[in-house]
Amino acid sequence: MSEVLVVVEHADGSVKKVTSELLTLARTLGEPSAVWIGPGYSEAAAATLGEFGAAKVYVADGAQYIDHPVAPRAEVLASLVSEQAPSAVLIASSADGKETAGRLAIKINSGVITDAIGISADGIATQSVFGGSTVVHSKVTKGTPIFTVRPNSTPPVAAATTPTRVDVSVPVSEVAMKAKVTGRTVAQKDGRPDLSEAAIVVSGGRGVGSPEGFAVIEALADSLGAAVGASRAATDAGWYPHQYQVGQTGKTVSPQLYVANGISGAIQHRAGMQTSKTIVVVNKDPEAPLFELADFGVVGDLFQVVPQLTEEIKKRA
Amino acid sequence: MKIAVCVKQVPDTWAEKKLRSDDSTLDREAADGVMNELDEYAVEEALKLQAAHGGEVTIVTMGPERAGETVRKALSMGADAAIHLVDDSLHGSDALATSYAIATILDGRGFDLIFFGSESTDARMSVVPAMVAERLGVAQLTFAQKVDVSGTSVTIQRTTDYGFETVEASMPAVLSVVEKINEPRYPSFKGIMAAKKKPVETLSIADAGLDASQLGLSAAWTVVEDFAARPPKAAGTIVTDEGDGGVKLADYLATQKFI
Ligand SMILES: Cc1cc2nc3c(=O)[nH]c(=O)nc-3n(C[C@H](O)[C@H](O)[C@H](O)COP(=O)(O)OP(=O)(O)OC[C@H]3O[C@@H](n4cnc5c(N)ncnc54)[C@H](O)[C@@H]3O)c2cc1C
Ligand SMILES: Cc1cc2nc3c(=O)[nH]c(=O)nc-3n(C[C@H](O)[C@H](O)[C@H](O)COP(=O)(O)OP(=O)(O)OC[C@H]3O[C@@H](n4cnc5c(N)ncnc54)[C@H](O)[C@@H]3O)c2cc1C
Repeated sequence: MSEVLVVVEHADGSVKKVTSELLTLARTLGEPSAVWIGPGYSEAAAATLGEFGAAKVYVADGAQYIDHPVAPRAEVLASLVSEQAPSAVLIASSADGKETAGRLAIKINSGVITDAIGISADGIATQSVFGGSTVVHSKVTKGTPIFTVRPNSTPPVAAATTPTRVDVSVPVSEVAMKAKVTGRTVAQKDGRPDLSEAAIVVSGGRGVGSPEGFAVIEALADSLGAAVGASRAATDAGWYPHQYQVGQTGKTVSPQLYVANGISGAIQHRAGMQTSKTIVVVNKDPEAPLFELADFGVVGDLFQVVPQLTEEIKKRA
Repeated sequence: MKIAVCVKQVPDTWAEKKLRSDDSTLDREAADGVMNELDEYAVEEALKLQAAHGGEVTIVTMGPERAGETVRKALSMGADAAIHLVDDSLHGSDALATSYAIATILDGRGFDLIFFGSESTDARMSVVPAMVAERLGVAQLTFAQKVDVSGTSVTIQRTTDYGFETVEASMPAVLSVVEKINEPRYPSFKGIMAAKKKPVETLSIADAGLDASQLGLSAAWTVVEDFAARPPKAAGTIVTDEGDGGVKLADYLATQKFI
């Protein structure tokens, strides 16, 4: 069976959920080999990758691969593609993932498709474009197809193997070292799931009214094990940190359930959440455009509805 | 300091966007064209750096004739000059071709900083800046929420999932910006008048020394097989809160197995 490279997304040594989705998807195209780039590869990481069917793990371990943004990752992948001649390369649709895909495409002279939500066995990708209004099927016609795949688009299915570890050492070129990471500032993590990967997202908008108002949103999120999101009106006002913004210029999320509270549904907000599987809207204005997307909506004051919902969920747990 | 800003004309954010039934490319006639929103932030950042450090700001765009409107807008915001690559054979270019064309135009003109938006609102790929950096072999400083220039060194804050990375490089460098970086100015009346007299260099692919076999729909590395409007979503259930809205919502979530 042909080999399919799957680039591992990892943080603090652990494999992110999107990687198990990509491995699952890769199995429909061939035999997945995971590619770990950066420091911190561990037994635990190997176990997760094996659980989802990685036959091999190429490990490029070393700080030099992450001390310069993006470019070294593309060099490792280009070297693997030329040595292994895989039938495709799958990368998560994160900012780093897309840029890595772009640079790789040029190095190996191959086409790239971004934000795929599915790939068929014969390599045809499905993209959901224009805020979800149009579904496109496209394919790469030159070179080794490179796909970036949106988190939450393939349910992960286990297929246990014991992966063989293959160490790779690709020297980072001078050019790739031209930009250097000199510091990392990590905002306080909130202990909730990653916004872009979460199965459930609970967000708040201008209707939340204040930083304190977000306590109501967080309580609901916690009762559901969800991530918290916010509209730009809420992040611009400083009520909630910018990294939680959902939308055109924030994160694109595609969870199983999206609960929007006090958000009107501007086109830029929709662009970031329109492909959510189930959408719930709480808004006191029955004319709010987001109701058009709602599977279930409540016209009412979020400060009444949301706490009652949270209580109800706790009661039924 | 010589600064370039790459801007793309896109369909108006508020307009319904469509693909053409004949060749599956974006229907640019169906909606008014506007400057890609994030590119306004890129123009603004370039103008701010120019105000602080001196130099010249040149707008670069690839697009049909009417993309000239977007060029004018950037010039009326205050940029000094523009380069517009326009040629029928560019129609249908994919990301590889677009980055090839842009990199070729920029190459050899001595730009110290080359600005981009971090994403277009139509195709939303977020790849062109990284691809241009790769092609030119210069430093990539993308997803910047803050840019500082000191002498020939540039430092940015690269937005990450949870915070930012500080990234440093020497010029020349490719930068892309996120919307948090600044508040773009509106063109003033004076700016609009002045823009009419600013130089716009219009290039065909031959003028730019581009290889036609690498451009346009027929050369694309990717093809659209087919597309369809998403089937309209069945109308949802909307209830009005009469004191039990939260309970009704919990009932719904329970039927959907979320709780
Ligand atoms: C370049 C650009 C990029 C942008 N990017 C983004 C982006 O990434 N993400 C984003 O979200 N926006 C983005 N926007 C902004 C977008 O256009 C909207 O302004 C924004 O989404 C509005 O946020 P909102 O829905 O929270 O606020 P509003 O539109 O003010 O809506 C607030 C809603 O809350 C309801 N409400 C008020 N009080 C209550 C209550 N007590 N109970 C229930 N409901 C209540 C109101 O009825 C109203 O519908 C962008 C805009 C631009 C120009
Ligand atoms: C719905 C849709 C899906 C597509 N999917 C794919 C795909 O999967 N693979 C593929 O190869 N192509 C694809 N294309 C084609 C792609 O849109 C174009 O090649 C485009 O030029 C690059 O993508 P982008 O606009 O998303 O760029 P981005 O990388 O999102 O743009 C970032 C920045 O690059 C600059 N820039 C981009 N284009 C220009 C320009 N013409 N002139 C000047 N500056 C510019 C701007 O500063 C912009 O802010 C798609 C097009 C559409 C409409």
